[in-house]
Amino acid sequence: MSVLSARGLRKSYGELEVVSGLDLEVAPGECFGLLGPNGAGKTTTLKLCLGLVDPDAGDIELLGEPIPKRAREARARVGVVPQFDSLDPDFTVAENLLVFGRYFGMSRREVAARIPALLEFAGLAARGESRINTLSGGMKRRLTLARALVNDPQLIVMDEPTTGLDPQARHLIWERLRQLTQQGKTLVLTTHFMEEAERLCRRLAIMDHGRIIAQGSPRALIAEHTEPQVVEVHGPGVEAWLEGARRLAPRVEQVGDTVFCYAQDVEPILKTLAGQTELAYLHRQASLEDVFLRLTGRDLRD
Amino acid sequence: MARRNVFAPPSLSLRWIAVWRRNALVWQKLAIPSILGNLADPLIMLFGLGYGLGAMVGELQGTSYFAFLAAGFVATSTMYAATFESLFSAFSRMHVQRTWEAIVNAPVTLDDVLAGEYAWAATKALAAGACMLVIVAAFGYAGSRTCFSRCR
Repeated sequence: MSVLSARGLRKSYGELEVVSGLDLEVAPGECFGLLGPNGAGKTTTLKLCLGLVDPDAGDIELLGEPIPKRAREARARVGVVPQFDSLDPDFTVAENLLVFGRYFGMSRREVAARIPALLEFAGLAARGESRINTLSGGMKRRLTLARALVNDPQLIVMDEPTTGLDPQARHLIWERLRQLTQQGKTLVLTTHFMEEAERLCRRLAIMDHGRIIAQGSPRALIAEHTEPQVVEVHGPGVEAWLEGARRLAPRVEQVGDTVFCYAQDVEPILKTLAGQTELAYLHRQASLEDVFLRLTGRDLRD
Repeated sequence: MARRNVFAPPSLSLRWIAVWRRNALVWQKLAIPSILGNLADPLIMLFGLGYGLGAMVGELQGTSYFAFLAAGFVATSTMYAATFESLFSAFSRMHVQRTWEAIVNAPVTLDDVLAGEYAWAATKALAAGACMLVIVAAFGYAGSRTCFSRCR
């Protein structure tokens, strides 16, 4: 049985169809990532699945409950980390957890018993009595994660959990999320950090214009949608060099004065670059980012 | 699935109490400045106008201007407390602090949140009105005779 399943999901705001015929399936214990450029419909999809927004069409089942009909019952066993921090600035760290626990019908005693472990998990053991405005961005994000765990949920839904954090804070969050999967929790997260998706998620879906355009494990997506090697070249005279090199790569993309050559075997391309002193180049393995850009295009989204 | 009817009955549960208690806990932390702020403004008006302007107006059919004002201020501070809470404070919770957005992720509906907010605004109104009534009574203007019976 799946933790979350959605069939034929549709949602429009006025003329604009934000989610247009989306199918989703999340298995117990997996970490599932929803990737997409800004405005692809990721957040709306999560809101539909949590029963916070009513769909125009489609069926959703969350932890065995039909959504939105029994969303309240389902949400009792789900933890949510929203995209924007919404901690209560008037409360201390511990009070934030206490007040949030009450929304789940937990008594003060029940929440108080869980607070030390939650603070420990968030790396805030010594900060229980601190005011929210004295916390750093990373601490706030960790506290938001701890707050989502107050009801000991089976499923944790996160909307861009590490956006705006420095690398140290991000790595700590990733480490905590891995701990959660080891405890058998199911995670669903949206992100536009490819590195995050590649490291954390067992399965990914890439979304654009309200549809899922590719799905699979990070490695399978790379293998399926792009050549394994990339050479990035830039510098004066790149155009002239490209004239000769174009036939060596099955796929070439040009962005401004940078050229991306995608190929199975890049040795011939590297040979043509060996004598060029003017050109700077970088040879690397294809990553999820290459897949993402190939599928969603390089145009700017606003 | 059809769009939910705007006129559908609210989906309520006792979880609205948790929302009310959240607001009560915030208030507890700021109680003293909040009470002083809520009372200072109407009291300055009441005493300034009541004794100042009242000295010139004098009595009308046996009711002093101060007694007439006092009854009014009990009513206005009650209404003002509820209005302020549901205009300014609720807006800040909805928009600035995103408090409601966080709450509805728990098994609490938006209808529960609104019920909690209404109940809280009513609670504050009751408290503000009661405070004014106590002060007015302390000055001897709370008896029904002073306010109403002589107006007939």
